Amino acid sequence: MTSSRNTSLSRSIDRLTQGVLGLLALVAGGMVLLIVWYLFSNALPVIEAGRLAAFFTDSLWQPRSQRDPQFGVVSMLVASFLVTLLAVALALPVGLAGAVFHRFYAPPVLERWNRRMLELLIGVPSVVFGFWGLMVIVPLIVRLAPHTSGQSLLAASIVLGLMILPIIALTSQAALQAVPPAQLQAAAGLGMGRARTIWSVALPAAKGGIGAGVLLALARAIGETMAVVLVCGNIPQIPKSLFDGIRPVTSTIALEMGYATASHKALLFCAALILVLFTALLVGWLSFRKVESDPGTGGA
Amino acid sequence: MAAFAFTACGKKESGDVVVLTGASTIAPIIVDVAKRYEEAHPGVRIEVQTGGTSRGIADTLSGVADLGMASRVLTDEEAEKLTAYRIAADGVCVVLHKDNPINDLSKQQLIDIYTKKETNWSAFGGPDATIVVANKADGRSTLEVFLGFVGLDKADVKADVVVGENLHVINSVVSNPNTIGYVSIGTAATEAQGGTPIKLIATDGIAATTENVASGTFPITRPLTIIEDAETSPAAKAFLDHLKSAEINDIIEKHFFVPVN
Repeated sequence: MTSSRNTSLSRSIDRLTQGVLGLLALVAGGMVLLIVWYLFSNALPVIEAGRLAAFFTDSLWQPRSQRDPQFGVVSMLVASFLVTLLAVALALPVGLAGAVFHRFYAPPVLERWNRRMLELLIGVPSVVFGFWGLMVIVPLIVRLAPHTSGQSLLAASIVLGLMILPIIALTSQAALQAVPPAQLQAAAGLGMGRARTIWSVALPAAKGGIGAGVLLALARAIGETMAVVLVCGNIPQIPKSLFDGIRPVTSTIALEMGYATASHKALLFCAALILVLFTALLVGWLSFRKVESDPGTGGA
Repeated sequence: MAAFAFTACGKKESGDVVVLTGASTIAPIIVDVAKRYEEAHPGVRIEVQTGGTSRGIADTLSGVADLGMASRVLTDEEAEKLTAYRIAADGVCVVLHKDNPINDLSKQQLIDIYTKKETNWSAFGGPDATIVVANKADGRSTLEVFLGFVGLDKADVKADVVVGENLHVINSVVSNPNTIGYVSIGTAATEAQGGTPIKLIATDGIAATTENVASGTFPITRPLTIIEDAETSPAAKAFLDHLKSAEINDIIEKHFFVPVN
């Protein structure tokens, strides 16, 4: 019978599709494991030599010093996380406010153009952001704090914040767009004003999507290298103020990987591995908290 | 000649690739030479990457690069495995913003600035402004050449900004006029002539000019060299011969370096 043959054909097509999709999904996820494995195998000499503890107990980073080699990575990790958190703190209010404005207040033409601009912003090469930061943001900071170099935690945070702004804005916009119209109409039906609807209905309903965007931006910011190395000052220290220079892990790798030989290279891989693991912990903790505190969003 | 024959016989599309890595001071010369060389030798492609002299040495030894660019004299240990060919001479000079009134700093004054014994430009007749000290990152030969001149150890230097490439030093000075940095004279002169608001400062009263580097009177000079190990490909050998010839002297002079061949 034709119909039964059709069914079996469509079933095997289904199975094939499922297989191909599954394989591609595994490739995407497995890539991360491959990269972590690569980092781990290159960092192995350091771990085997039992020098891992020195990364957290040494206070300085001078791996090539003959007199007193030190491998303290704490100041760099602190710098990486500080600059990332500050960048998110700067980008989140702006991005979210923009998303709300475009979803609920702006005429569609403006919304479309603004989205195009944000998409363009994502495509700007990071080295261009860095150069722009050095030539525009740094002089502004020097005017604010004339006795500093200007290449600082603040400069790096602003540049990074601008780089992740489109990620936060676009994901927030999509999340707000996905809020069911029925919910908004119900709120209007209850006599809520627009501001009240946004605050009490739309934002809580879009929380999950906005949070996912922030996580994405966080991970993007912590790994950024080229833009940061140009504006952060590259001083390995724990900053005491916004105007102090910092040296995130990625900057150190960018400045030193080029010429590093065997053991020095293993140290850099180890620093990279530590950064990746800490990032995984942070992202894992944040998404776990999100699920814990808000079990209802999963279904929305 | 054998190299040319080899090149001509090889597949035109894939061709021969010669990779050079190392000093960001030398790279602009090589890029210009390569453009002309590739036109004269279709099928040969020259790839140039920066990263500092140490990278050039490491890459040449590991085979990642065919030839390395080194902007300092090799150490005895390095010279056992590598051969260096001088293609030009360069100096390292102090750069300040054009608006900074200071035009000359002595060796002792440089030591005082780089160890933070003096932290205000007014101590040298400049404005009442905090000095921002820009230092080069580890692995950069400009750092080693400069520290060798002032006689300081890396640990003695107290920097406000650490940078890699020559141009990052210059851009740091442009973006904050209170910054002091040091770079290759060739790079600084090229930038200053191109309208970048920086100036080259005399050291111990001797002006930072190509002439003074050529005559040997400028106190901080260094050779710009191309290095090779024992296993250089024929195509790389041919390009190296070209770099060692006087044919590239016009390009070297255009970049404000001093030809030596």
